[in-house]
Amino acid sequence: MSTVVDDHNHEAHHDHKPSGITRWLFTTNHKDIGSMYLWFSLIMFFVGGAMAMVIRAELFQPGLQLVEPQFFNQMTTVHGLVMIFGAVMPAFTGLANWMVPMMIGAPDMALPRMNNWSFWILPFAFVILLSSLFMEGGGPDFGWTFYAPLSTTYSNDSTALFVFAVHIMGISSIMGAINVIVTIINMRAPGMTYMKMPLFVWTWLITAFLLIAVMPVLAGAVTMVLTDKYFGTSFFDAAGGGDPVMFQHIFWFFGHPEVYIMILPSFGIVSAIIPAFSRKKLFGYSSMVYATASIAILSFLVWAHHMFTTGMPVFAELFFMYCTMLIAVPTGVKVFNWVATMWRGAISFEVPMLFALAFVILFTIGGFSGVMLAMTPVDFQYHDTYFVVAHFHYVLVTGAIFSIMAASYYWLPKWSGHMYDTTLARLHFWSSLISVNVLFFPMHFAGLAGMPRRIPDYAVQFADINQITSIGGFAFGLSQLIFLWLVIKCARGGEKAPAKPWDGAEGLEWTVPSPAPYHTFETPPKVE
Amino acid sequence: MKMKPLWALPLLYSASALSQERSLNLTQGVTEVSRDVYDLHMTVFYICCVIGVVVFGLMFYSMIRHRKSRGREPAKFHENVKVEILWTLIPFLILVGMAIPATSTLIAMEDTSDADVTIQVTGSQWKWHYKYFDREVEFFSRLATQQEQISNKFEKSENYLREVDNPLVVPTGEKVRFLVTSDDVIHSWWVPDFAVKKDANPGFINEAWTRIDEPGIYRGQCAELCGKDHGFMPIVVIAKTPEEYAKWIDETEAKQIAERERQQELLDMEMSMDELMAMGEKIYNSTCAACHQPNGQGIPGTFPALAGSPIASKPENLDKHVDIVVHGVQGSAMQAFAQQLTMQELAAVVTYERNAWGNDTGEMVQAADINAAINE
Repeated sequence: MSTVVDDHNHEAHHDHKPSGITRWLFTTNHKDIGSMYLWFSLIMFFVGGAMAMVIRAELFQPGLQLVEPQFFNQMTTVHGLVMIFGAVMPAFTGLANWMVPMMIGAPDMALPRMNNWSFWILPFAFVILLSSLFMEGGGPDFGWTFYAPLSTTYSNDSTALFVFAVHIMGISSIMGAINVIVTIINMRAPGMTYMKMPLFVWTWLITAFLLIAVMPVLAGAVTMVLTDKYFGTSFFDAAGGGDPVMFQHIFWFFGHPEVYIMILPSFGIVSAIIPAFSRKKLFGYSSMVYATASIAILSFLVWAHHMFTTGMPVFAELFFMYCTMLIAVPTGVKVFNWVATMWRGAISFEVPMLFALAFVILFTIGGFSGVMLAMTPVDFQYHDTYFVVAHFHYVLVTGAIFSIMAASYYWLPKWSGHMYDTTLARLHFWSSLISVNVLFFPMHFAGLAGMPRRIPDYAVQFADINQITSIGGFAFGLSQLIFLWLVIKCARGGEKAPAKPWDGAEGLEWTVPSPAPYHTFETPPKVE
Repeated sequence: MKMKPLWALPLLYSASALSQERSLNLTQGVTEVSRDVYDLHMTVFYICCVIGVVVFGLMFYSMIRHRKSRGREPAKFHENVKVEILWTLIPFLILVGMAIPATSTLIAMEDTSDADVTIQVTGSQWKWHYKYFDREVEFFSRLATQQEQISNKFEKSENYLREVDNPLVVPTGEKVRFLVTSDDVIHSWWVPDFAVKKDANPGFINEAWTRIDEPGIYRGQCAELCGKDHGFMPIVVIAKTPEEYAKWIDETEAKQIAERERQQELLDMEMSMDELMAMGEKIYNSTCAACHQPNGQGIPGTFPALAGSPIASKPENLDKHVDIVVHGVQGSAMQAFAQQLTMQELAAVVTYERNAWGNDTGEMVQAADINAAINE
């Protein structure tokens, strides 16, 4: 993909777009839609973050100080839902919208009108979800995993709103995924064979298949919750012949691939950034592709490792333990490939690289606790404690979110046409890196010492750890305001960015000017 | 544990501090199984540490030595099939090595056969109920920490949120089997010292077992989000030597049988309004107020108010009121209290609800009325 014949994309004849609000409401342009996804996810990141601050403030000391247990449960629930469905997933969809067409040399997404719709239903889903917090009785309070019968017979009246909000989010994700698949399969530039595609495109292609496979399962689960609660069915009620554990099987059949949906695109991002700043080709491109595919396939065979304590037959426990441990193999291959890419490169430490390196180390720590959790006998001790909370925040915050930050710092000059303030960016990186570890590392100890998750108050021996954790949490929350300020500053102006601001970067996106013109690759480039 | 200053944080992270400082690591526990689990935990932890040191070491070496600012020219290699096969195979073999001890421990943990003592553990919002098989002993076990400690009015005691009114008592050295189930939502019965954590699923029974080496008091708590007071349903288990246990269970059984007989005799006795109200207030605050709130206002949208409600304040609904308290409401969070409270207590609490917070019906309910409702 190194040599590119491209002599178009010069301003002159296009850029006709409506102005004002209608531009954004009716746009079918992948860059506009990508930007809206990214801004939306940033807003949701702060909404979900504010809830995390409430949680950490209440847990700063033992005893109930600020909120009632019921409201605390609403905060943990909605924090999870907002961060997963509002922050991480839309951020990746936004990145896909912006970058996939530019990376494969396509003029736009394959289904531009559906693209508009898949974005614009999303704000409504979150208005519904967040407004339920102001209902009499409050919002959803049964955890983002909404285990029945807590979410059915014993839930409050906001459950219907929760169910419909999740339905809309699911429809949005499915449409986004269809769009990515159709675009990648049909709109690659001549010469852009599958095994020449950038890894971000590959990982997103696989992610999109995962999305199409599991979002309907989630839709089924929430629908059964709805009918159990309001229409007298008993899918999850033993009194009517149902089974509450069946809910968990259905939920985690969606839920485990879902965690990979939130990490596979990260692998793609990091696989673009590390070679760029090591000035060396990615090590083991094809093994990266195969590893991603193996992780995706295995993700359908491990769901019950979330349910070891529900009382499964030994045989099932062993099966899910072995499959889960197996995931460490392709994941390890990825980490080794990144290290081998750096090996004997010419490394420099621009901000995207800093975040990518932090990703590799901290995600691997999350992977280690993942292997520990996979071991069924020990999982009985770790399960539903802060050890699990530490584990999934290492893979989702220092994993997924750090990779999104890395991507933003990598492509922001391309999106905005301006270089950002690198002093601010470095400040953001170092304050995030330190605070995120003060926030999540001690959680391992809290969990091992026996602190269950999702409790608003705790025994006095957990006081020190929680205090440290909360301080880290506040610092991490504040650090993100630096990012917000930096992005706004960069969008409004700054030093003009060249077409390719990073000397080691590769890919079609760097062949177009910065900011990327409204329409790119109207005539496909030729990839050799 | 004393408050550790922040500068000590890096020390806490080190592996040696991990293995020694009990409160920062998994407990070794007091059973053979829990020690196996601990060993497994430490083994995997050390393996991860070694892999981490190697991988991160190489990474940092590369970051320091292979920098552009040192004027390095990047190498050209980007593939090596041998190396790639090697780093697929080695992790696989390490994993096999970890899976073998895990498998044998797991099989031992799931073997609940040949138990000496069997206890049914039933979770409900937000308390545990223990019933000894083959003995006429059963009781509820609730949080014993005062509300004032939770709301920061009193100083917190040593076992804040980890103390109960009636702890479970088990013998040491014998195989104790737990049959775990639930009356409402999913709970999870967890005592770290036994390495036992088993979900309590409504309508289904799960099995777990333990064999405790030493007498002692072991504490745990509910591990599965079960609603508002999930954080407030601890578990306390007292392990006694078989002799002391036998003595305890005989005494408790005799006491419980005597209490049941006394209840039957008391059926004919009438209590005065003052007695009913005093007892009713106490029961209401310990059993009902978590949902319906001390002021009877409930939580709008979730738990109905009793103050001024037609059921609790209209004379024609008296029977219905008694029925709800005794039998619960199907498909809601309202439990059946017939098994949880004595008839006198039920009578007192219904009387209290019908006369407190402006529900001045002036009506009294006696144990005999409750008995009639139960036997209907």
